[in-house]
Amino acid sequence: MRRVVVTGLGMVSPLACGVEQSWKRLLAGESGAARIEGFEASDLACQVAMQVPRPGRAKANSDAFNADEWMEPKEQRKVDDFIIFGVAAARQALKDADWAPKTYQDQIETGVLIGSGIGGLGGINETSLLLQEKGPRRVSPFFVPGRLINLIGGHVSIEHQLKGPNHAVVTACSTGTHAIGDAARLIMLGDAEVMVAGGAESALNRIGIAGFCACKALATAFNDNPTAASRPYDRDRDGFVMGEGAGCVVLEEMEHAQRRGARIYAEVIGYGMSGDAYHITAPAEDGDGAYRCMRAALKRAGLTPADIDYVNAHGTSTMADGIELRAVERVVGEAAATISMSSTKSSVGHLLGAAGAVEAIFSVLAIRDQIAPATLNLDNPAFETAIDLVPHTPRKRKIDVALSNSFGFGGTNASLVLRRFEG
Amino acid sequence: MSDVAERVKKIVIEHLGVDADKVIDSANFIDDLGADSLDTVELVMAFEEEFGVEIPDESAEGIVTVGDAVKFLEKATAKA
Repeated sequence: MRRVVVTGLGMVSPLACGVEQSWKRLLAGESGAARIEGFEASDLACQVAMQVPRPGRAKANSDAFNADEWMEPKEQRKVDDFIIFGVAAARQALKDADWAPKTYQDQIETGVLIGSGIGGLGGINETSLLLQEKGPRRVSPFFVPGRLINLIGGHVSIEHQLKGPNHAVVTACSTGTHAIGDAARLIMLGDAEVMVAGGAESALNRIGIAGFCACKALATAFNDNPTAASRPYDRDRDGFVMGEGAGCVVLEEMEHAQRRGARIYAEVIGYGMSGDAYHITAPAEDGDGAYRCMRAALKRAGLTPADIDYVNAHGTSTMADGIELRAVERVVGEAAATISMSSTKSSVGHLLGAAGAVEAIFSVLAIRDQIAPATLNLDNPAFETAIDLVPHTPRKRKIDVALSNSFGFGGTNASLVLRRFEG
Repeated sequence: MSDVAERVKKIVIEHLGVDADKVIDSANFIDDLGADSLDTVELVMAFEEEFGVEIPDESAEGIVTVGDAVKFLEKATAKA
């Protein structure tokens, strides 16, 4: 099988616009959480979210996301925010990879595989109200193309003239991980030489919050203390904090990258998938689905559990944290004592369909900088474990191999294994 | 410039994101102002909304320039 490497990174996160900007703030222990801004939240059980910082908002910072820098205002009007985030992250990743295919051959060998968990929920909601109020003649011709999940890939392919495989994943909170894993496979099998892969999400609106509240999935006890709300593995955790944004990577066939002298961040060496076949929202309590998908990724990577240095956990700050932790323990056995595992959702929240992509990027950077980002707010661990959960502050350590997990509604699980590149 | 023309031009500028000096009567939405077929559908909807009239598809097909829109809407609003 052909080898696949990561040569470009792009990100819009609740911490910042930009990969290095987000990473710097992540390592500094910043939280993207705040009281919800921009829509009415006073009657919602959860009033806390990790929104992307934007100019003019209370949460704005020096690395805020200015949509006008990424898409013309008249085009922004036609699409939901998840598409703008995805377009921004993809452009960053391609620039970072220094890959701008100009010849027809390069264009047909470069594809896109960017997903989203939910897509244009906000636009569907607003247009439904408009339909009710003013009738069908007022429904915009941009209603459909502005909401469809694969239209991230549509826009990205048009902007950069990428004419290879054009695909999109929709697997709830596993989307970003599946997108990167599937894109890597397309390169391994020779369907493409280069793929832009990742996920984008923005379900941060009244109906999105109300929907996840109804599933009892969101944190509701921290409305007055937002930065404490996302607390994976902690005794007082009571649900996840919703985030928004996008992550994209440029994946490339190894020799293709080497021939053009591209900087190589890491190699994608393993990818595993499984289904729980258990419940529509709850993970199987025995963690068997999580266990099998990690095992499958390790098998594909040809590694033993003792080779894992860092695990970027799914760790949503819900009851499911314990299920994943026990599944990881079962996979790694005696190697538990040598592994660091953290949930960066404690800083950026749960980006749903973008989570796996953003977390894969953090895993790549953990390998690059030899540091495991922290699990914030882990004041009183709810579990006894030999695994280092990296409470409060990042840990400098050897990281040659990182495993990144994502588990989604519907019982869909995915794991990626990334390794420090050696030619 | 008539009131109708003013309002039409404002909508065109807003929806197509073009400079005001390009929005002249003879400007073709697609050839001169960079609209695509979906943009023109949305423009017609915006005219309907602004002027409180219904523009049947047969008539909409004939509205290809700024001047066509002004002419149609002046007639339609005079009737009303």
